[in-house]
Amino acid sequence: MNETLIEFKNVKKVFDDTVVVEDFNLEVKKGEFVTLLGPSGCGKTTMLRILGGFELPTSGSIMMNGEDISMLPPNQRPVNTVFQKYALFPHLNVYDNIAFGLKLKKLSKKEQDEKVKKALELVDLEGFEKRAIHTLSGGQQQRIAIARAVVNEPDVLLLDESLSALDYKMRKEMQVELKNMHKKLGITFIFVTHDQEEALTMSDKIVVMADGEIQQIGTPEEIYNEPKNLFVADFIGESNIFKGTMLGYHKVRFCGTEFDCVDDYAKDMVIDAVIRPEDIVITDESKGQFTGEVISCDFKGTFYIVVVQAGKNEIEIHSLNNYAIGTKVGMSIEPDNIHLIPYDTSINHYEGKVVESKVEDKIHVEFEDFEVDIDPSVLIPGAVMEDWEVVDAEGNGIDLMGTRVEASFIPSDADLTDEAEQGLVQGNIFSFIYVDDHYRYTVRTKSEEDYVVNDEDLWNQEDYVGVIIPMDKITYKIIEGEADEE
Amino acid sequence: MKSNNLRKQLAIPYAIFLLLFVVFPLLVVIYYGFTNGDGQPSFENFINFFKNGKTVGTLIYSFAIAIITTIVCLLLAYPVALIIAKGAYSKKAKFLMIFVLPMWINFTLRITALKEVLTLIEGNLAYHQFLNTIICMVYDFLPFMMMPLYNSLTKLDDGLIEAARDLGAGKRQVFFKVILPLSVPGIVSGVTMVFLPSMTNYVVLDMIYNSTYIMGSLIGSYFSAYDWHNGSVISIVLLLIILAITYLSNKYTEDDGTSARVR
Amino acid sequence: MLKFFQHIFIWFVLLFLYAPILILMVYSFTDSTMIGTIKGFSMQNYITLFTTPELVEMIIGTFTLAIGVAVLSTILGTTGAIGAFYSKRRTRGVIEMANQIPVINADVVTGFSMCILMIVFFKVRKETFLPLIIGQTALCTPFVYLSVLPRLKQMDHQLYEAALDLGCNASMALRKVVIPQIVPGIISGFMTAITLSLDDYFITTYTKPATFDTISTYVVNATKGAQTDIKTALWALSTVIFVLVALYVVAQNVIAKKEEKKS
Repeated sequence: MNETLIEFKNVKKVFDDTVVVEDFNLEVKKGEFVTLLGPSGCGKTTMLRILGGFELPTSGSIMMNGEDISMLPPNQRPVNTVFQKYALFPHLNVYDNIAFGLKLKKLSKKEQDEKVKKALELVDLEGFEKRAIHTLSGGQQQRIAIARAVVNEPDVLLLDESLSALDYKMRKEMQVELKNMHKKLGITFIFVTHDQEEALTMSDKIVVMADGEIQQIGTPEEIYNEPKNLFVADFIGESNIFKGTMLGYHKVRFCGTEFDCVDDYAKDMVIDAVIRPEDIVITDESKGQFTGEVISCDFKGTFYIVVVQAGKNEIEIHSLNNYAIGTKVGMSIEPDNIHLIPYDTSINHYEGKVVESKVEDKIHVEFEDFEVDIDPSVLIPGAVMEDWEVVDAEGNGIDLMGTRVEASFIPSDADLTDEAEQGLVQGNIFSFIYVDDHYRYTVRTKSEEDYVVNDEDLWNQEDYVGVIIPMDKITYKIIEGEADEE
Repeated sequence: MKSNNLRKQLAIPYAIFLLLFVVFPLLVVIYYGFTNGDGQPSFENFINFFKNGKTVGTLIYSFAIAIITTIVCLLLAYPVALIIAKGAYSKKAKFLMIFVLPMWINFTLRITALKEVLTLIEGNLAYHQFLNTIICMVYDFLPFMMMPLYNSLTKLDDGLIEAARDLGAGKRQVFFKVILPLSVPGIVSGVTMVFLPSMTNYVVLDMIYNSTYIMGSLIGSYFSAYDWHNGSVISIVLLLIILAITYLSNKYTEDDGTSARVR
Repeated sequence: MLKFFQHIFIWFVLLFLYAPILILMVYSFTDSTMIGTIKGFSMQNYITLFTTPELVEMIIGTFTLAIGVAVLSTILGTTGAIGAFYSKRRTRGVIEMANQIPVINADVVTGFSMCILMIVFFKVRKETFLPLIIGQTALCTPFVYLSVLPRLKQMDHQLYEAALDLGCNASMALRKVVIPQIVPGIISGFMTAITLSLDDYFITTYTKPATFDTISTYVVNATKGAQTDIKTALWALSTVIFVLVALYVVAQNVIAKKEEKKS
C-alpha cells in the first residue's frame, strides 16, 4: 500500500508558447485515489493526458514502477482511461466495446466472455452484452466506459471529469459506486474534476491546481481545514476572509476584534484570516466576541445561511437557527477554527530598466506593461537632473542608464476601470476573492504579468479592465546586482 | 509522437495529386496563355481576345444568358424551397428529393428529352433561339439551385418567424425582414452553383442548335483547332471570373457553397 | 387560398421538370421516330439498345470508367481527408484551398487544362486512358473529400484516443475505430463520384481516346447525327436510367426510414 507507483518529476507542458503546466511534482502510491482538482484551464486535464500518453511532456519525466514512461505511446502503458464523454465506439455493441482491449491482447474467446461478464457484474449491468451503445442512458454509458477500462486490469485508472455529464442525483450515486469499485479493485485511481465537493467526498489525496501549478497537495481534511493560500481557501468550500495583523503570541486582530488563535506568526505580521461559515457561532449580543446585525437569512435545507453586517464587513454564517432580519447578534470563533495565511508580499513588484530620458528633469523607466518618468531623487536621495544628466547630492554625475528598477504598489491604492485605456495597464480579470468588504482582483496583462487590486465593485472573470495606479502611490527602488539571464 | 504522424502522412498522396493534377495544370494554362506559338512570352493572345468583336461579343452574350438563367432559376426555386421548407409541404421533407432527383440523370439525356418536347410545341426551334436557350439552361440547372436554398431555409429557426410575428410583423414583413435576409447564404451559394456553369456549358446549345455562342464553346473551338494559346486565354478569363464570383460569395456566406453540388 | 397557390406552383415546377422525361419514356415504348406522332406499341428501342454492339460497348465503358474513377477518388479523398483532418491547421488550409479548385472551377476549364497538361505538356497519349482517368479523378476526389471531412469533424475525437488507450497502435486505431465512424461519408462520396463521372461531358471530351465514348459524348454526337434508330434507342436508355435512379432514391429513403425506426 505504501509503495510509490507513479512519480511526476518537474513536468512542464507548453502548447504554442503558452505554458499550461509547470513544476509539476507528485508521487502517487499504489492503490491511492488521487484527485486533480482545479478550475477549468488549470492544467489538470493536460496532466491526465500526459499520464495517459496522449500528450508528451515538454520537459520533466514520469516514472511508473521505477521506469521512465514519459515517451511511451498510450497502447504500451499499463494505464486505461474513462473519457469525459465516455468515447464508447458507436459502431460496436456493449460486448465488443468491453472486449476491444482483450481482443487486441489476443485472449481466447472463453477468457473474453468471462472477463466481460465479470466487468459487467462490477458495474451492475449484467446481461447488457448485446445492447447497442445508443440505446443506453448516460449513466449506463458511464458504467460501460468504466467496465471497458478496468477489464484490461490496468495498474492505474484515469477518470477525466467522468461524472460531469451526469445529472446531480446520478452523480451522487456514481461517486459512492466509484469509491466502492476502487476498494474492490485495489488499483490506483486518478480522477480529474472541477467539483470540489466531489473531490472531498471521494479522494485519499487531493492535488489542487490553478494556473498550471500545484497549489496544495493533501488529504481532503488538510485541504479543507488548512488551506495553504487564499486560492485554495476560496476554491474549496465557502469561506470568510479577513485581513488582519498579528498582535503577539497566538493573538490576532481582524474585524476590529482581538482573537486567540493557534497559528503562530511574528508580531505585527499582516495575515489573511480564513474562517469557514459553519465555524462561527451566533450567540446573544452580549456574549459574543464581536457583534453585528443580521441582514439576510436564507433557508438551505439543512441549515440557514445568515449574513451578518459587523462594521464594514459582511460575514457569512451557517446556522441551524433562523434569525429575523435586523436582529442584533453576537458571534464567537474557537481559536482552532481560525486559520491564518501570511499575507503574500510577493505581489505587485515589477522590474524595469532606466532608458534615455524623455523630459529634461526626469529619468525614464520602462516596465513590461508601462513606462514612467520619475524624479531621480526617488531612486537616489538628493539626486537631481541637470541638463538631461543625473547628478547626486555632491554634484557628481551618475550614469543610471540600464539600471534595473523595481516598482511596487499595494492593492488598496489601485482601482479598476471599465474604460481600460484610462488605466496605467490593461488586462483581463484572472481571478478574484472576497476579502473583508471588498474584492481582491488579479488582473493579468498580455505580457502575463499579474496586478493585484482591491476594488469594491463586482467584475466578472475575463472582463477587460484598466488598472489605475496613482503615480504617487508607486514606490521605486534600484535592484542591485547583475540582471539574471532569462 | 509516431502514432500521430501516421495519420497525418495519409494526406501525402492526395496532396501530391492536388499539386500535380489540380494546381499544376492551371500553371500550365497560364504559361500557354502568356506565350505565343514559338514559346516566347507574349500578351498578344490577350490583346487579340479583347480586340476581337466576336470573342468580346461572346463574352457579353454568355453573361446575359448566365444572368437571366440564374434569375429565372432563383424565381422558380426559391418559392419551391420555401414551400417545402416552411409552407404547405413542410411536413413532407422528402418531397425535396423529387426536385433534386433529375440531377442524377445524365444531363445530355435530359436535354434530349426537352428538345423533343420543345420541337413538338414550337415546330422549329430556330424561331425562338434565345428563349429556348434559357429554357434549356433553366431545365438543366434548376435542381442545383434548389438544394442550397432548401438547406438554408430549413436551418432557419421557426422561433425567429414566431418572434417576428409576436413583435407585430405581418406575413409580408416576416418574409422581407426575417426569412429573406437569413436565406442570403443559400441564395449566394445557389447563384454560384448556377451562374458559372450556365455561362460555360455550351453543350446544351450545341445539342439544340449545332452551333454555339458562349464562352465554353470558344475553348471548344480552339481545342478542335489545336490552338492551345488562345484556348488558355479563354480559360484564364474564365478563371478570373470564377475568382471574382468566389470572392464575392465568400463575402456573403460562410458556407463553402459546395454542399449543394452533389450530382 | 395561399395554400392552393402553393400547390399549384409546386406542381407547375414539377411538370416542367418531369414532363419531358415522362413523355419520352412513353414514346420509348412505341415505334414512332418523333414524339407527337402516335404509332403502335413496340419494344424495338430496347432491343436496339441492348443488341447494338456500339451502344452496349458505350454503356459498359461508361459504367466501368465511372466505377474505376469512383474507387480511385474514394481512396484518395478519404485518406486525404483523414490526413488533412489530423494535420496542422496551415497544412489543412492549403489542402482545402487546392481541393476547392475543381469544385468551383468551370468543368470546361478543368477539362481543357487537364488536356493541355497531359497531352500537350506531358505528351501522354489519349489512347492510354490515363488523361481521362486522371482528369475525372481530379474532378471527383474533392467531392469525396468534402463528404468525408464533416464526418470526421462530427466524430468524437476521443474515440481515436480511446482506441490507443485500449491497446491499438495508430493504424489499427484508424482501421478499427475511425474508418467505421466515417463509412456513411465514404459511401456518399463514392456515390457522388459515380454520378459526377456518369454526368461528365467536358473532361471526357477533352481527354478521351478518339474511339471511346461515354453516354454524354455519345448522346451529344447522336443528336447531331441523323440515325433515327440510334436516337430513339437513347430514349430507351433515358427510361432505364430514370427508373434506376428513381429506384435508388426510393431504396435509400426506405433504408433511412428503417434506421430511424431502429434508433
